[in-house]
Amino acid sequence: MIRIYRALLRLYPSSFRQEFADEMTAIFTQRGAGSGMLRRLGLLLAAVPEVLANAAPLHWELLRQDLAYTVRSLRRAPLFAATVVIVTALGVGANTAAFSVADFVLVQPLPFRDPESVVRLCAGPREGGGWGCNNLLAPAAYRDYKEQTSSFEVLGAFARGAVNLVGGSEPLRLAATQLTPEVFPALGVPPLLGSFVGGGAGAAPDARTAVLSYGLWQTRFGGDPGVLGRTVSLDGEPHVVVGVMPQTFYFPTRDVQLWTPLVVAEEAFGDPFNNYLEAVGRLREAVTFEEAATDLSGVLERLRRDRPDVYEQLAARDQGGVSFFRIGDEYSPRFRLMLQALVGASLCILVLACANLANLMLARAGARERELAVRAALGAGKERLIRQMITENAALVLVGGAAGVLVGVVGVPLLALLVPPTLPIASRPGIDLRVLAVAAFFTALTGLGFGLAPALRAGGRAALGALRTGVRSSGGPQRGYRAALVSVQVAASVVLLVSCGLLVRAVLRVQAVDPGFRSEGVLTLQTVLPKPEYLSLASREPFYREVLTRVRALPGVEAAAYTSGLPMVMTGGITQVVLPGQEVRPGGENNVSRRYVTPQLFAAFGVPLLAGRDLEDSDAQDSANVAVVSESFARRYWPANQAVGQSFLFQNRLHTVVGVVGDMKVRGLERVSEPQMYLPASGVPEGFISAYDLKDLVIRASVPPTSLLPAVRGVIRDVDPEQPISDVRTLSELLASQTAPRRAQVRVLAALAVVALLLAGVGIHGLLAFTVAQRQREIGVRLALGAEPAGIARRVAWDGVRLVLIGAVPGLLVAYWAAHSIRSMLFGVPRADPATIGVAVGLCVFTALIGASVPALRAVRVSPLTVIQAE
Amino acid sequence: MRTHDNAVQAKLPLPPATFHILVALSAGDRHGYGIIQDVEARTEGALRLSAGTLYRTIQRLLDEGLIMEPPKSSAPREDPRRRYYRITKLGTAVVRADAERLAQMVSLAKGAGLLAGAS
Repeated sequence: MIRIYRALLRLYPSSFRQEFADEMTAIFTQRGAGSGMLRRLGLLLAAVPEVLANAAPLHWELLRQDLAYTVRSLRRAPLFAATVVIVTALGVGANTAAFSVADFVLVQPLPFRDPESVVRLCAGPREGGGWGCNNLLAPAAYRDYKEQTSSFEVLGAFARGAVNLVGGSEPLRLAATQLTPEVFPALGVPPLLGSFVGGGAGAAPDARTAVLSYGLWQTRFGGDPGVLGRTVSLDGEPHVVVGVMPQTFYFPTRDVQLWTPLVVAEEAFGDPFNNYLEAVGRLREAVTFEEAATDLSGVLERLRRDRPDVYEQLAARDQGGVSFFRIGDEYSPRFRLMLQALVGASLCILVLACANLANLMLARAGARERELAVRAALGAGKERLIRQMITENAALVLVGGAAGVLVGVVGVPLLALLVPPTLPIASRPGIDLRVLAVAAFFTALTGLGFGLAPALRAGGRAALGALRTGVRSSGGPQRGYRAALVSVQVAASVVLLVSCGLLVRAVLRVQAVDPGFRSEGVLTLQTVLPKPEYLSLASREPFYREVLTRVRALPGVEAAAYTSGLPMVMTGGITQVVLPGQEVRPGGENNVSRRYVTPQLFAAFGVPLLAGRDLEDSDAQDSANVAVVSESFARRYWPANQAVGQSFLFQNRLHTVVGVVGDMKVRGLERVSEPQMYLPASGVPEGFISAYDLKDLVIRASVPPTSLLPAVRGVIRDVDPEQPISDVRTLSELLASQTAPRRAQVRVLAALAVVALLLAGVGIHGLLAFTVAQRQREIGVRLALGAEPAGIARRVAWDGVRLVLIGAVPGLLVAYWAAHSIRSMLFGVPRADPATIGVAVGLCVFTALIGASVPALRAVRVSPLTVIQAE
Repeated sequence: MRTHDNAVQAKLPLPPATFHILVALSAGDRHGYGIIQDVEARTEGALRLSAGTLYRTIQRLLDEGLIMEPPKSSAPREDPRRRYYRITKLGTAVVRADAERLAQMVSLAKGAGLLAGAS
């Protein structure tokens, strides 16, 4: 019983306990003396609230004293306080931001019901670099898969596109997606208002309906709940609004604002190569993803066996069939890697911040040894000093942590720029509180752990020594720890610098890739002609002719042309061609990129004409099928320089090559592009699907291209006042967007690397300053004995450089490993790129020299006289 | 002794526990349990100090110089192992001033007819 009471007394502050615990125990014993067990138990129970009530104000009083003392002592060391706060803030903030974004994108389930069961299906492989689907499904193939598989609760199809929304001020071009009635149920998200397009699976969809995104509902319709039942004009067709989706719903990508029913015309099933669909489905309950994949590949095999005419060809074009994946794996593996690299970098910063904190605390411990020794000598108990230290460090770390939250709040939106818009999630992740807690825990642990060192030493004998001699006696072991900590910082910096350097090299390498066109001075914009108003080729032709004629007449315009797709924007449109008498070979060997264009396109793009001639307006009228092909196309099928005049089969019709032009990187700078084939606009397939319609206007100008925009807008308005203009950009912007994610990532990494370098520099400086101060006497004696000041300065500087070299070795090893894990982002830059490693280590040495300069100067200025007099 | 008066006045009014502890010590040196028993007897069991409250108050009174710990040898003790406390001159002045303050307030209340036995 007494023991329990004594244990209870431990709730009091130790100073109070030491003073009065014995007396209080005696009173407890006396009170309970001679009474029964039950009464003593009652006394003990009554003591619990009493102890709590009395201990709390005692603790509070001590905390108040300690905080007041903390404020006083930190006011004397503002630089130290500021550094601790900044280091903590960076460590906590960078990690919170990086992990919040990574968690939001990589870990959090997508906002669909049971997202693990939602799967996607499209044609062609998803390339190793992770670029999503290569190709789309034809309606016939989609129907075959849907009918013959048994793993799906529902399987629906959708087609990405855009519509012109007319009404209101300006005609608006919106990203829209057409979907079959199965798609919304497959995703399992109920509408906010109204119902789904088509009224659910099974029912025949009414093509004249539309479902709005929350964003469109808010911006265009003011969030009016009465929007249901209203009619909007999409591509000139009236559509009734039947539903509004919730704010968190995005599909298939973030920018889609409108959904309309997808109605596949019966004749579309007739052409197994007319592919424009993607599929999304929900797995049946108790069917695993793997079982569904097996089911699907079984169906594919059977189809290839039963209908080789279609499915062998499809397999050849799509390089082996279909891609089947969970919707959560939709974003590219590249992107996952990018975020993982970011997380790794922020972990480096955390290690660095902790090492730096430890170092700062140890340095301060050295500086305060005397002060603490004095307080200990004046009767302050060891526990009391420890308590004081804890309060002091906790206060610092708390302020730093709060600042870290701010850094995180600022950092998350910046890092969120790395989230590509092609994900079905919101663009703005929030701060993750769990992450914040973990980062705060580590920094607090470091701060407190190392902050306690001086108080622990204060009670020891060394402290008494410090008091007696008046000399900072902390010696070898502490310097050893600190040197190790500095080396850790250098190592972390080297990792960041090398990784960042490799990625910078990769960006430069990507930027150095020749896109095949000259991007300067080119304006591009899109006019998608709505159907059915412009359903027939004949109805569209006057629009293009009129616009091109008038744009070419504008002052400053050198060339203008329409194309069915810009390079790097429209990466699909893959078709197969063969030479007469040959078979399609498997493995995509006959794949070419197919574009319909008007004359002057090559002049507008600045693509060289290597042989033959450009397409001409007369080609469109001639019944003969002609084509311009790219150099790689010509090389694939014919001996050098003999392509012009040769023929090939495309869609079972003979086409004659009239010209050869340079290759363009149609798939993007970092990908292998198919050879290109350019056909006259008269060949565009008829129908509602507009993938091959002419829509991109390309204008090369001798004046700044954007200055032409008002005039071009005027021309288009004159030709058709209801025609919206979208996707206005220069070709240079388009090219820059190719490397935008890389550059964003490099910027973030570079910022972290600079921070790391700065912290490491501070660490090196701190350690050397400490060493010099400690060796003052030795240096003084040496100088008195005739040592060269320059030699002493060199020694101090060498100390700094040595720290760098020691840290660089493990740093380089980790960097080599890190580079291995991001190798797919390096675009062929070697992991052990000597230039990058050289620059990284060089920067560290340079930082070390700067950090060493002040201590070295101080060492040289040591006056032998003063030091020896002090003895 | 203007400053002394000020020092005394600054400590008023005393919290009840403090008042009772000082009153108990006015009668002579006591150890902790002795104080508790004395207060309990004087108040006829109405106030029973807990050990925590007692020593928290004692710590403060020691800090403020209202009581002191007499040297061990200064007086004979019934239990020499226990710690005894003694009221200081300042402590006596403070508790007296508080008692006077209370008396004044009592007579004010009586004058207003709030208390039985009004004079």
